Amino acid sequence: MAENEDDNQYRIKEGDNVVLKRGDIYKAVQIQLKKKVIFEKQWIFLDNAVGQLYSTTFEIVAGGNLQPKEDRKEQDTESPADVKVAGTDNRNIVDDGKSQKLTRDDIETLKEQGLKGQEIVQQLIENSSTFTTKTGYAQDKYIKKKKKKYENTVTIVKPTCRILAMMYHGREPGKICHLRYDTLAQMLTLANVHAGSKVLVFETCAGLVLGAIMERMGGYGSVIQMFPGGGPVRAGVECFGFPAHFHNTLHEFPICHVNALLAGSLDTSAKDPSSGENQIVDVAAEEQQNQPELEQQDGDPEEQSMETNAADGTDQDQENLEKEKRKEIKAQEKKSKLEEKRRKLAATAALLGGRNADGLVIASRFHPCPVLLSLIKFLSPSRPFVVFSQYKETLIECYTKLKEQGGTVNLRLTDTWLRHYQVLPNRTHPVLLMSGGGGYLLSGTTVAMDHSKPAGSLQAEGPAPKKPRMDEH
Amino acid sequence: MMSFVQYSDLIQDGDVVIVYLGHNSVMPVKVQHGAQTQTRYGVIRHSTQLIGQSYGSKVTCSKGGWVQVLHPTPELWTVSLPHRTQILYTTDISIITMMLELKPGSIVCESGTGSGSLSHAILRTIAPSGHLHTVEFHEQRALKVAEEFKEHRVDHLVTVRNQDVCKDGFGVTGVADAVFLDIPSPWEAVTHAKVALKKHGGRLCSFSPCIEQVQRTCEVLADQAFEEISTVEVLLRIHDVRTVSLPLPDFGPDPSSQEEAPPTPSVNHASITMKTTTPPREMPGHTGYLTFATKPRT
Repeated sequence: MAENEDDNQYRIKEGDNVVLKRGDIYKAVQIQLKKKVIFEKQWIFLDNAVGQLYSTTFEIVAGGNLQPKEDRKEQDTESPADVKVAGTDNRNIVDDGKSQKLTRDDIETLKEQGLKGQEIVQQLIENSSTFTTKTGYAQDKYIKKKKKKYENTVTIVKPTCRILAMMYHGREPGKICHLRYDTLAQMLTLANVHAGSKVLVFETCAGLVLGAIMERMGGYGSVIQMFPGGGPVRAGVECFGFPAHFHNTLHEFPICHVNALLAGSLDTSAKDPSSGENQIVDVAAEEQQNQPELEQQDGDPEEQSMETNAADGTDQDQENLEKEKRKEIKAQEKKSKLEEKRRKLAATAALLGGRNADGLVIASRFHPCPVLLSLIKFLSPSRPFVVFSQYKETLIECYTKLKEQGGTVNLRLTDTWLRHYQVLPNRTHPVLLMSGGGGYLLSGTTVAMDHSKPAGSLQAEGPAPKKPRMDEH
Repeated sequence: MMSFVQYSDLIQDGDVVIVYLGHNSVMPVKVQHGAQTQTRYGVIRHSTQLIGQSYGSKVTCSKGGWVQVLHPTPELWTVSLPHRTQILYTTDISIITMMLELKPGSIVCESGTGSGSLSHAILRTIAPSGHLHTVEFHEQRALKVAEEFKEHRVDHLVTVRNQDVCKDGFGVTGVADAVFLDIPSPWEAVTHAKVALKKHGGRLCSFSPCIEQVQRTCEVLADQAFEEISTVEVLLRIHDVRTVSLPLPDFGPDPSSQEEAPPTPSVNHASITMKTTTPPREMPGHTGYLTFATKPRT
């Protein structure tokens, strides 16, 4: 009994955000019944996954349906054929393009017959005239390559930061400013992201960085997302499938009000809710306008069509009345929406107002320098910050400006190299292809501003260095 | 009260603070009423200069030099802790934390504890509801690190066991979400790792400096039906920001130039100044290989 209950939390449910996996390929999807999902050029339905345990590997059978794979061992890299005959070198192997006796059409026919990937690979081996003369290593490589091509299995796994960061980097690096997963890992550590702290985030990485931070916070503390434009982008956060209570810790603040907030001129009090002069309602309304969304675009054509109806309609008065009513309801809705928005904005402004945040993470397509210089003002002293940029030059500028204005120590401009290894008996070496660039990081720690010095004066980091540094300025 | 898993604003008696002396120079100080600490800039008197002060404030030492007192973090601890063994640094720790999928609530097994560099980072990440079971076969080291956990107010999150992980395992069964191995013969601990991990599965990482160790570990991992076996290496590159001045050579007078103005003497000294970065002359080229694997549901 207890074990079954225990299992329940590991079962796939309708509506779950999951990740499809085949080899190193990942795709994040939501489990929806009767919905076609395309994965690796195959249409599949995820209906049969519901109720199964996470990390189950499925065979894709007729009609794109899933069927849990029976034998786990089979999916390992074991060769399907117990080939014992092998050559020692390739001196007699000639590339005449005729070694494979099966034609493309034959293979297509095999596929149509519903043959499993494993069986197709077996057929290919049996019909390869050179296979037995290849070395054992070459045979392994051949089988691996073919298996990859004809395999039609998919594993459904729970989303985690590791998987989603690897997925985004593999599938859509442009959407996350080419932030490689090891760089993201450095950011989370350098910013000391942990449960119970208050973290500021400015990112245009589809919500991946935000989600990664929320995972590390575990629903304790608060995350304030500073967003540009009409609204925060959180597609990546959805992929994590966080429990509902995690979202109570997530707050947002439009970056366009940062100056006002810092100057103390952001008015978040609703003096007179009916008055249009109320600044915060203005603020909220302005945002609504910035939002490239539904509301306006949806509303306009409707109103237009209503007008044309009214023009040639007979009971114009009736229509007009209804129109008015609807307008009123809409206005009411809009008002309460704005009110809600105002309340949220005021709450977030209050969170920021103490200027006592515990960490700052920036990873965006915007120039990081102005972002860093304004947002760092919200941090308590002795708190870490980390800025990601795809380009080093922007961070050099950040570094220089921070040194000029003081208030930070421990500044470091870094990047990491990530090298993968193939580890096999007698065939261990670095993987041939490695990622060229995963971005750069500038990290540091805030300290109390030194007010005895005039602002803008050049302040050396820490105590005066013993030896004069020739290279410095 | 400060702890390694929770920020506080003011320094209190009994806290551990990190004194920032300058670039790459930090020292941990245990704050005690009446105590003094010697630095190369002079003496810091705890009662008057530390207790009650804000973290991040500047402290002027007796010789007139000044330092910053920072709130402890696992990252600052890593660069200031007393070495009793070779330690893991933040670059490797970061990737280990992500690839082991650590988060608040994770149950983690670790061996050996060594100097506790990784342990502190794990504790920070899994607090407030997770737990670390760490195994160190060297008695003195085990005692010392347990003492540090207490000083850093994270002892409620960790159990230190003084035993041989290769013989006796981690002391727990079926509870761990993740296992980390940093021992000379990790292949001898793989079965113990499997036992410690949850029935529904979990992640494993092994750190080894030599490729032969990796080779043996991977073989055993495959034999023990671990999946997603993958070995990586992460290298940190530090870029020193510098202003450089590149002189321009004197090409002599330009005859094609229409202007007859005499060449200004400053031309001889013309140079272009720019901000750039330089790599350090030497950098760590290798720490260790990191092998990750997934234990499937059993």
